[in-house]
Amino acid sequence: MEKINIIGAGLAGLSAAITLAEGGYESNLISLQYSERAQSVLAEGGINAALDTMGEGDTVNEHYEDTMKGGGMLANPVAVRRLTKNAPDTVLWLKSLGVPFYQENGTIILRNFGGQKKKRTAYAKSSTGKVIMNALIDGARKYEKKGLIRRYPHHEFIKLLLSKPADGQKICRGVQIKDRYSDSILKLYGIVILASGGMNGVFPGMTTGTTQNSGEVTATIFAQGVALSNLEMLQYHPTTIGISGKRCLVTEAARGEGGRLYVVRNGRPWYFMEEKYPVLKNLMPRDIVSREMYLTVREKECEQQVYLDMTGLKDKVWEHKLSDLRNEILYYRKLDPKNTPIPVEPGIHYFMGGIHTDEYHRTNIDGVYAAGECTSLYHGANRLGGNSMLGAVYGGKTAAMHIMKNAEEKGHDFAEKTKEESMESYRAESMESLGEESMEAPAEASEEFVSALGNILYDGLGIVRNEGRLKFAMGKVSQLEAACHNDREKNRILLAKAMLNSAIIRKESRGAHYREDYPDRQDEYYRKITLARYEEQQLEVDFVQIQGDPGISSE
Amino acid sequence: MVVQFDILRKEKKAEKQYTQSIRYEYENPNESVANALRQINRRQERKDIKGNPVSVIKWECSCLQKKCGACAMLINGKPGLACDARLAAYKTETIRLAPLRKFPVVEDLIVDRSILYENLKEMEAWLAGQPELREQGYEAAYEGSRCLQCGCCLEICPNFYAGGNFFGMASMVPVARILEELNENDRKSLIKEYKKHIYSGCGKSLACRNICPAQIDIEGLLLNSNALSVWKAGLRRHGGV
Repeated sequence: MEKINIIGAGLAGLSAAITLAEGGYESNLISLQYSERAQSVLAEGGINAALDTMGEGDTVNEHYEDTMKGGGMLANPVAVRRLTKNAPDTVLWLKSLGVPFYQENGTIILRNFGGQKKKRTAYAKSSTGKVIMNALIDGARKYEKKGLIRRYPHHEFIKLLLSKPADGQKICRGVQIKDRYSDSILKLYGIVILASGGMNGVFPGMTTGTTQNSGEVTATIFAQGVALSNLEMLQYHPTTIGISGKRCLVTEAARGEGGRLYVVRNGRPWYFMEEKYPVLKNLMPRDIVSREMYLTVREKECEQQVYLDMTGLKDKVWEHKLSDLRNEILYYRKLDPKNTPIPVEPGIHYFMGGIHTDEYHRTNIDGVYAAGECTSLYHGANRLGGNSMLGAVYGGKTAAMHIMKNAEEKGHDFAEKTKEESMESYRAESMESLGEESMEAPAEASEEFVSALGNILYDGLGIVRNEGRLKFAMGKVSQLEAACHNDREKNRILLAKAMLNSAIIRKESRGAHYREDYPDRQDEYYRKITLARYEEQQLEVDFVQIQGDPGISSE
Repeated sequence: MVVQFDILRKEKKAEKQYTQSIRYEYENPNESVANALRQINRRQERKDIKGNPVSVIKWECSCLQKKCGACAMLINGKPGLACDARLAAYKTETIRLAPLRKFPVVEDLIVDRSILYENLKEMEAWLAGQPELREQGYEAAYEGSRCLQCGCCLEICPNFYAGGNFFGMASMVPVARILEELNENDRKSLIKEYKKHIYSGCGKSLACRNICPAQIDIEGLLLNSNALSVWKAGLRRHGGV
């Protein structure tokens, strides 16, 4: 069998590569920079699993229900069942790879996170992503030395190599990539796993993510025919602070450990979340907290700044659980959160929507899988804190397992035959139907263009939306389209239109998508996936049914 | 506020480096070198102080918040992260930006740091058995997980050069985590590598300790790993512990 080509060397990509290598399968690990630069290292709070080590009687079923309900019942229930059922084993797998989760007497200690009543989040201070990544990088190294994993660092994804045989369905044969150091262009044949992260670069400078998660991969493959879903679902994290060039996250663990949100009303602090939501209080799901912050600062007699008050946290919590957060705030804000409440604002933090896949992480194109934040699968209309790293690690693993299972079912001969024939057949087919592949790298989208498009989308796709603003944004995008210089800019326009269209046709409010002109949830019409496709030069955004019975009431 | 950047540049495949001076105005008192580079690259027309056109300045960047190590470079001669360097903190009117010198320059401020990966591979730095993390080892394992692989410690180190036998603290830190998690039997081969590539080459100037952008407790980890590798194992073998 040919090597599997993994685009992205963050959590999902590393998890896929290691899983394949454990099964004896070879992969190419392709990334713009080394894994240490991946956005996964920024993940702070932790990773969820119903390990039930805290004596609260937590169950997989409760994790499932919290994930489904937190996601506005929009996630794939079959996939979420598998995710939550396998979460304990996933976390234990990470522990076996040496991740130093915080433990007492060898037992992983769990903490509270948003949208969940029970302690379920394994962590390492507030740098959980970094320590998991570090262990996976070390774990992958063993297989790099053995030749099972081959890294292509400083390589850029250019496009999928697609062919279209007589039956009319596109098949993926591999990827085209460019070495950013030498400028040489390579074609790598074999199955592709996209693990390219969230679309932060669609909103440059306005998210908590990295500059490398440009959205370029998603825009390109969308234009090539890979379907996307739930693009209107952008997570605004309630607590971020503006720093030079981006927004910096203040982990949800700050509230999990007792941090409180307030605004000043009539000269006194008003702990609005505690008054409005007496059960989960400051730990309501992120969409609700962000929206309440947005609305509260607009209420009469309220000042326009929300504060996060962590002054009541014990010394031990600062020392063992949030020391890195405290250092960060001291550095960026010159404030000690131990003594002073800090001003916070909601900021774009996560993309629930993205590449549409089934529960095995297959996309609509044969030979293309997707895992991690680039995928739309587990989080529905809103992601729970602690579920992103779980989705990435488990997603990468699941894609890898499915590829190996398939290969084994088809047998060794098939795999060998494919290896010999694929290049020839690919060439023949591609020349027939899709034309000769260019060996030139495409021109990049200009920073000015990307920035202009990002501002338009940010205005349209804010925390509170309405038809007028969305259509206005769509008009501006169409104007900008006239100024497109190259394919990458055109692809971005296409993605932008698909995002806005998704938000326009969802005439209800659900999860992260809040329409002030349609403030209620309408399950009858809209408990459906917003599916975006680009085929035969036509952009289509439509609703499709969610497969599988969630088995719980949506209330 | 205004600052002049003197940037040491190099075209891909060209041999020679050259300096370009660019004027930069800013308002935010927390403005970083990283954001300044982004703003300059966003300009529709980039010119140097003499009015000559300036091409896009190539540099590596990712998280912009000191957590990924991509943007390591020499800032006024000192290795550091561009996102960690506040313009207002420099007393000079000019800020010099140059690529790290211990690694091959790809172009402008980008260097090829693949030697860091190669060295760790050479040492076979991975868990050779099941981790056995003792409670007292937790802090060391956590600290050893924090290395950014930015290369600043190697740049400042008087003993490290790329291709040399001494691999420096960028190898020591990840290895410290692994040593801490392995039991005595499983760590034997890594100890051998540790002695060869770290213990024997370190001149203990500890310049690395002050330069590390992640402020990793390098000294603590070094003491811990030296103890595990050099004397504790032997002591235990002779019944001393």
